[in-house]
Amino acid sequence: MSNIILEAKHISKQFHDPATVQVLNDISFKVFGGEFVSIMGRSGSGKSTLLYVVSTMDTRYEGQLFLKDELLTGQSNRQLSDVRNKHIGFVFQFHFLLPEFTVLENVMLPAKKLGKKTFEEIEDDARGHLRLLGMEDKAAKKANAISGGEKQRVAIARALINDPAIMMCDEPTGNLDSRNAHNVFDIFKSLTKERNLSLLVVTHDLDFAKGTDRILEMEDGKIIHGQREN
Amino acid sequence: MNVLVLVNIAKTHLLSRPKQTITAALGVTFGIGTFIILVSFMTGLNNLLDGLILNRTPHIHLYNQITPSEQQPVDLYDEVSNSFNVVHSIKPKLTQARIYNALPLLNFLANDQRVKGVSPLVKAQVFYVAGSIQLNGLINGVNILEEDRLFNLGDYIVKGSPQDLFRSTNGIIVGAGIAKKLSASLGDKIQVTSVTGDIFPLKIVGIYQSGLAEIDDIQSFANLKTTQTILNRGDNYITDLNVKLNDLQLAPSMAKSLAHQFNLTAVDINSANAQFETGTSIRNIITYAVSVALLIVAGFGIYNILNMLIYEKMNDIAILKATGFSGNDVRMVFMLQAMFIGLAGCVLGLVIGYVMSVVISHTPFETQALPTIKTFPVNFNGLFYAIGIVFALITTFFAGFMPANRAQKIDPVEILRGQ
Repeated sequence: MSNIILEAKHISKQFHDPATVQVLNDISFKVFGGEFVSIMGRSGSGKSTLLYVVSTMDTRYEGQLFLKDELLTGQSNRQLSDVRNKHIGFVFQFHFLLPEFTVLENVMLPAKKLGKKTFEEIEDDARGHLRLLGMEDKAAKKANAISGGEKQRVAIARALINDPAIMMCDEPTGNLDSRNAHNVFDIFKSLTKERNLSLLVVTHDLDFAKGTDRILEMEDGKIIHGQREN
Repeated sequence: MNVLVLVNIAKTHLLSRPKQTITAALGVTFGIGTFIILVSFMTGLNNLLDGLILNRTPHIHLYNQITPSEQQPVDLYDEVSNSFNVVHSIKPKLTQARIYNALPLLNFLANDQRVKGVSPLVKAQVFYVAGSIQLNGLINGVNILEEDRLFNLGDYIVKGSPQDLFRSTNGIIVGAGIAKKLSASLGDKIQVTSVTGDIFPLKIVGIYQSGLAEIDDIQSFANLKTTQTILNRGDNYITDLNVKLNDLQLAPSMAKSLAHQFNLTAVDINSANAQFETGTSIRNIITYAVSVALLIVAGFGIYNILNMLIYEKMNDIAILKATGFSGNDVRMVFMLQAMFIGLAGCVLGLVIGYVMSVVISHTPFETQALPTIKTFPVNFNGLFYAIGIVFALITTFFAGFMPANRAQKIDPVEILRGQ
């Protein structure tokens, strides 16, 4: 059994609007267990597009995508939803919490959807994750009543709730001040160490990327640097 | 478990914007409430008007019509059978107005499975006399209890009761117009003169008001026996039989066969009152058309509010989809909201409709024409409430379906990247 968590094989994608543009051009890469990988590149290099393709949310691409040796390409939307629910955690640049729900409910929601545990167990888990991120005292607050840095930590707790195999982040520090950005980075670093969680982070923050295990550098829809085969 | 989670999300969405939720629900409330009020009131009125006809009119009215003979003597004479015979001035032959063998026929009909009851009737032409006033009139000799049971005569007796007549040997229930003209009231004696000139003193035990002046000015009710005595006839003198059936629909065919079998004239209720059903069905159509229009308006309200909600909730939809909720789950969240709005609005509408119906049914409504009606007639039928619920759920389902379907199809990537 290999330690490959995520593998992309010959991924290509074109945008047709307004003119046909080859956004991703025959991209192949692997992410291994416990690896902290960042994707860097200029605006328009296709790094975000790549992230959304490997996140399974964007299904209009050519090539093949494997998660833990399971082929994801061609699965139905419903199946992919379950895959995201179970195996993939998301953190976005804009915090994307459900504003009318409390912090705790936001964190619990993906686990409730998974439905493997009772609501009491899920609540314990959620509180545990919030504690880990130093947010336990904000659990009962509405998600729109906390600060940006706090929101990002709640989003991370939410991404962790179902013990995913890999966490994907789109500019997780892009909207944070340097202190909070540093905080988030430390959290990510400890997650890869302590939980053997793989991280795939799109960023243009060079300081952030330098701290990661590996940088995939993208240009014009291709990975030009940072491949690792085993 | 999954559904519970979705219900919870839907609930939070609804509760976080109570004004919109209430506005949308009130649309349904007004639609359903108006439907209940309209349909209860309209069918109440319909039943009342139908009842006026159906209750009072016998389903089959049997009597012996005195007509000229079909065959004149000249028709029987062979010598002129090939000629063109003209007989002038044909008169009905001399015969009695009564039904022959009325009592066996009464028994026969009473034992028929299809018949709910038969009320025998003796009609007597009389003059009412009180002091110097003489009034032309008609006494219906009836079996008063049977008449009340079958044709709700009691409803039109405004003073006294059918039992009072049943218990007295020479009592009479006079029409309200007669009582007024004779200045007589309950307990007074009036004299009745028959066509043959005999005078009978009768005691007023009741006053009858049908609402139709020309009937109330002429018609009175007395016991069968009293009337037979006035006419100087025996027990078997019966001029009409009023038949009430268990099933109204059988009336035409049964009338035909009875007329043929017993050589009598039989009039059924459908040919006597052909127009009344038309009015009923048109009133029903109007009621339902107005209600459906109201509900469609309410449906558009829900559609608009859900559409707006989905625009506002684009982010939420994207998050839900990113964290593993499928398109169907998202659609379910919004369908649940629509259905909840529909259900809540509907229940409130039913309650308001019921309360308003009760208020209407206690609103005074007095008219000369309907002596027994004191308040507006309202039909409290559980079926209308069931129809209301089904109506509301169907409307909100369709109103919610289109926006919810759009939410299902929203591409999360566009929203997550778009900001």
